[in-house]
Amino acid sequence: MTDDVITPTTERSDKTKYLPWVTTPALALIFLAAWHYYTKISGISAFILPTPWAVWDVWKGMLASPRAWDHTLVTVYSTLLGFFFGAVVGIGLGLIIGRIRWLEATLNPFIIATQVIPKVALIPLFVVWFGFGMTSKVLVAAILSFFPILTNTVLGVKSVETGHRDVMISLNASRLQTFFQLDFRNALPYIITGMEVGIVLAIIGTIVGEYLGGSAGLGYVLVSEMNSYQTDGLFAVIIHMTILGFVFYFATGLLRRFLIPWHQSAEM
Amino acid sequence: MTSAKEAAPIIQLKDVSKWYGTRDKPVHALAETNLNIAPGELIVLLGPSGCGKTTLLRMIGGLLDPTSGRIEVSGKDLWRNGERQGEAVADLGMVFQDAHLFPWFTIEENIALPLKLRGVSRGERRDRAQELMDLVKITGFEKRWPKELSGGMRQRAAIARALSYDPSILLMDEPFGALDAMTRDSMNVELQRIWQKTGKTIIVVTHSISEAVFLADRIVLLSPRPGRIDSIYDVKFPRPRGLDVQTSPEFQALVKTLRHRLSEVE
Repeated sequence: MTDDVITPTTERSDKTKYLPWVTTPALALIFLAAWHYYTKISGISAFILPTPWAVWDVWKGMLASPRAWDHTLVTVYSTLLGFFFGAVVGIGLGLIIGRIRWLEATLNPFIIATQVIPKVALIPLFVVWFGFGMTSKVLVAAILSFFPILTNTVLGVKSVETGHRDVMISLNASRLQTFFQLDFRNALPYIITGMEVGIVLAIIGTIVGEYLGGSAGLGYVLVSEMNSYQTDGLFAVIIHMTILGFVFYFATGLLRRFLIPWHQSAEM
Repeated sequence: MTSAKEAAPIIQLKDVSKWYGTRDKPVHALAETNLNIAPGELIVLLGPSGCGKTTLLRMIGGLLDPTSGRIEVSGKDLWRNGERQGEAVADLGMVFQDAHLFPWFTIEENIALPLKLRGVSRGERRDRAQELMDLVKITGFEKRWPKELSGGMRQRAAIARALSYDPSILLMDEPFGALDAMTRDSMNVELQRIWQKTGKTIIVVTHSISEAVFLADRIVLLSPRPGRIDSIYDVKFPRPRGLDVQTSPEFQALVKTLRHRLSEVE
């Protein structure tokens, strides 16, 4: 009997599997060294480009200061809140219009309109409506993050195989059953891909919102460092934000392992 | 098994026809067709592509509505006013050319999916899945994802899924068409075993003549343009048939007859 062989999954050879654990830090070191020696050799002013060590010192100081953590928390909270609303609307709307073609055609111009408007231009308007508080930037984060989540969700629902639909029809499944057992589960890998893009955009939205109209958050700190010509501080905040971005991105990626362990992309 | 033909038919087709396409350019997929199938029969629909055999099977399976005529399953109308009747569908299990297992469910969950849709409890589902996995001989793969199984094993799981809610009829659309020749042979032997053990009525669509002769109680040969039943052949080799039956002169003779007829109608 030839049919009880399990198809072997292709595995990367051991040699290359762990290579990035060495090459990635090496590349980072080369970058830092280049930065360091450039500032030494060119004699460039610290106002334009501080040395990596100077930035490191300021960042260490930031991590030790409770005020910096308060600002970080404000940014984290606004990002997550904006992302949450963006995801709920994006997934919800995507699941619906992915199945109803005329509705998709009807709403498409409006959805695209929310994306082609320069979002930054909306911020002053939001400030007029909602003030300098949280609402404005959460709204910007939500608007930015919802689009990739929506488009990926729609794609996920549309990519359901007709063969799988036939199975549900032959089993006499109700519409609701087909939705939960087939459409939603089929769309899940796509939704997570959309969320990975969406979370990054939510951070951008929040920070832009913070520096155009805020009195708290990392975006606000960035602007005040700039205004006081603290270039090393500016760099430290940028690094801080970058690390924050990494954390969010990988946390979203972790969802793959838990929500879609069956999917190819969950094998890292 | 032959005595079953005298019993009341479990599937009745009365002047069933199918037209596809638009009003400007209609395609006559199946001309008026009449056929009675007895309980416990293993029927093979054989024919070249475009002969309407898959159309016919999909209409019996409730995936396509007939343009005209009536289909009765276990004495109940399958279609009424263009609406599928759930009662009749519940007596049908379908197996497709591809297993179409859901990649997000384990093998066990896939097999028990029809029971989940019917609101059967988790424990009962697991027991039933176990039973079926024994029947189709894939025990030990409960927690595997479908992608981890070979094509033949996936198709076994698909058969188990179709049997899970114990329908009296199994409809199979070129079930082993995507498998290699050796796997296909062994799957045909397996199908015969499952059929003898469960006593289901089975309709198999194929374009393989030897597969048809090996499996069938009756072969329904269809011809194209428009699709219609050309001729019906009784196959009387004793059961269970081993693969050796294929080398017997009677087997060869029937294969030859069918091949000849197929080349005439094509």
